[in-house]
Amino acid sequence: MTIPVRPETDRKIDELLTRFPMKGSALLPALYVVQEEKGHVSDESMEYVASKIGVSPAFVAGVVSFYTMFHRRPVGRHHIQVCRTLPCALSGADDLMAHLKTRLGMKDGETRADGKFSLASVECLGACDRAPFLQINDREHGPVDAAKMDEILKGLE
Amino acid sequence: MAFEPILTRNVRKPGSETIDIYMEAGGYQGLRRALKEFTPEKLVEEVKASGLRGRGGAGFSTGMKWGFLPKTKDKPRYLCVNADESEPGTFKDRLLIEKDPHLVLEGIILSAYAIESSLAFFYIRGEFHQGCRTFEKAVQEAYAKGYLGRNILGSGFNLDIIIYRGAGAYICGEETALLESLEGKRGYPRIKPPFPAIVGLYGCPTIINNVETLANVTLIAERGAAWFASIGRPPKNTGPKLFCLSGHVKRPGVFEAPLGVPFLELLNEYAGGMKHPERPLKAAVPGGSSMKILPAAKCDVLMDFDSLAAAGTSLGSAGGFVMDTGTCIVRALHNVARFYAHESCGQCTPCREGTGWLVKILTRLERGDGRPEDVDLLAGIAGKIEGNTVCPFGEAIAWPVESYVRVFKDEFEEHARRKACPMRAAAAR
Ligand SMILES: Cc1cc2nc3c(=O)[nH]c(=O)nc-3n(C[C@H](O)[C@H](O)[C@H](O)COP(=O)(O)O)c2cc1C
Ligand code: SF4
Ligand code: FES
Repeated sequence: MTIPVRPETDRKIDELLTRFPMKGSALLPALYVVQEEKGHVSDESMEYVASKIGVSPAFVAGVVSFYTMFHRRPVGRHHIQVCRTLPCALSGADDLMAHLKTRLGMKDGETRADGKFSLASVECLGACDRAPFLQINDREHGPVDAAKMDEILKGLE
Repeated sequence: MAFEPILTRNVRKPGSETIDIYMEAGGYQGLRRALKEFTPEKLVEEVKASGLRGRGGAGFSTGMKWGFLPKTKDKPRYLCVNADESEPGTFKDRLLIEKDPHLVLEGIILSAYAIESSLAFFYIRGEFHQGCRTFEKAVQEAYAKGYLGRNILGSGFNLDIIIYRGAGAYICGEETALLESLEGKRGYPRIKPPFPAIVGLYGCPTIINNVETLANVTLIAERGAAWFASIGRPPKNTGPKLFCLSGHVKRPGVFEAPLGVPFLELLNEYAGGMKHPERPLKAAVPGGSSMKILPAAKCDVLMDFDSLAAAGTSLGSAGGFVMDTGTCIVRALHNVARFYAHESCGQCTPCREGTGWLVKILTRLERGDGRPEDVDLLAGIAGKIEGNTVCPFGEAIAWPVESYVRVFKDEFEEHARRKACPMRAAAAR
């Protein structure tokens, strides 16, 4: 099999394989490393990671589908995750989501055709004191009202 | 006597996450002292004597849990730190991880010493990007100063720590699901017994503790068990505690107070009272979304494990939130049920199917298609989930459903009878 990742990614995974008392533990970190390079976890990446760790591709697929932070398809350059759980819902999360859908012209769970944005409802992000709360990639924002949201979006243009 | 914040003594200082600021305030002195003066057994005794109970949700005695480890030492032992913090309403561990990581790290080193483990895992939820970066930096600083690694402070004790990022699954906060996840698998909770103290990570004896629990171990090493046991409501509810409060409050946040602080004091003094003065308190969930709800008239309670149990709810992860009189309880429960349906790992039929049915019934009640029998149906399904599942996630959904429906039965019945949300109808008038 040809290696479908950059040599430094492959090296990082080799290093992960030696880090744990058991090799299997390297699976989640290896998936993160691959996703960081590729933006998502493709079938080919899963086969590659499976062969590195020494498990079946089906096992890897089972793990990938269990965890919401592994993306099977490409997400937008700006991946917007809006918390919808109760403390945020009590503070206007629904209105925030509605505003975003209108502003970006997209549905919940969609990636825009130009690849710039993707939008997803997610569960409690452990920041309910900043409700309504959202993350864009690894940046956090909250509390966010419509005006603040527009300002954030402008910063991403 | 005014209570002096101690778990949060550093968090507001600029640079509080650095080892220098931490050490300026006396950090790592407890470790220095413990490694010199205490054998591991003595430290376990000290933690037992402090009365410390786990801050992750179940409130189990920390010293007693450590005491369950097998006496034989033929296998390695592991310490796993539960930094998965994902119970809705809870954001206290985040504060410690981001603003005072060394307080947590010192507690990890002390606890690993006490249980004689030379490898600890820090399992942090994947969404905590900043927390993960901050903690990584803290670990590097601690290695550089010789608080981690070989022969720590000349004591002969060795400890390495591995940071492991979760990847978005609420259930991985449950301790055995966390172990599965650490082993690189789907986060399916294990059947207990065997308990992790006997058969845990990689089949070896393992202790899992919450971030805040371990931060408290630092304080115990620093100031002694007797000091710790004098705070709160001794003998069974001791020590300082972090309380989260969110929802319809003026100043949502994390507040430190002794265990046993009155809930109304937290709400009205610490959090500044209700957000909209014209909409008073309707109900509160003092412990986090999987705990039982209390109507406003029953909110005059003390915030500790035993007082809240006596009041018919639980301290849980202290992820409290409040709802004002503008809140539709059916809608609130719909949100809660949807969360648990989404997060069920799917292993047990009552949990997987039951949570789905709950959402379906609540959706139709909310939409105005409800039936009179739906109200009892909700309680019936909750009753069938409770006690019939592999892990306590079953209770985590059964408790809110049972209590919301019992306490606000009228509101559920009115939804079914009117075939509409009475509050929305009132708002539209
Ligand atoms: C569904 C479920 C989710 C849980 N989530 C967390 C969590 O996010 N963080 C945590 O510390 N404990 C969580 N727990 C509790 C852990 O299983 C375990 O009791 C705790 O980490 C033990 O640490 P402690 O004794 O220091 O509290 C959860 C339990 C259940 C049943
Ligand atoms: S109770 Fe629910 S979450 Fe727990 S093991 Fe069963 S299906 Fe999974
Ligand atoms: S409910 Fe939104 S961050 Fe907790």
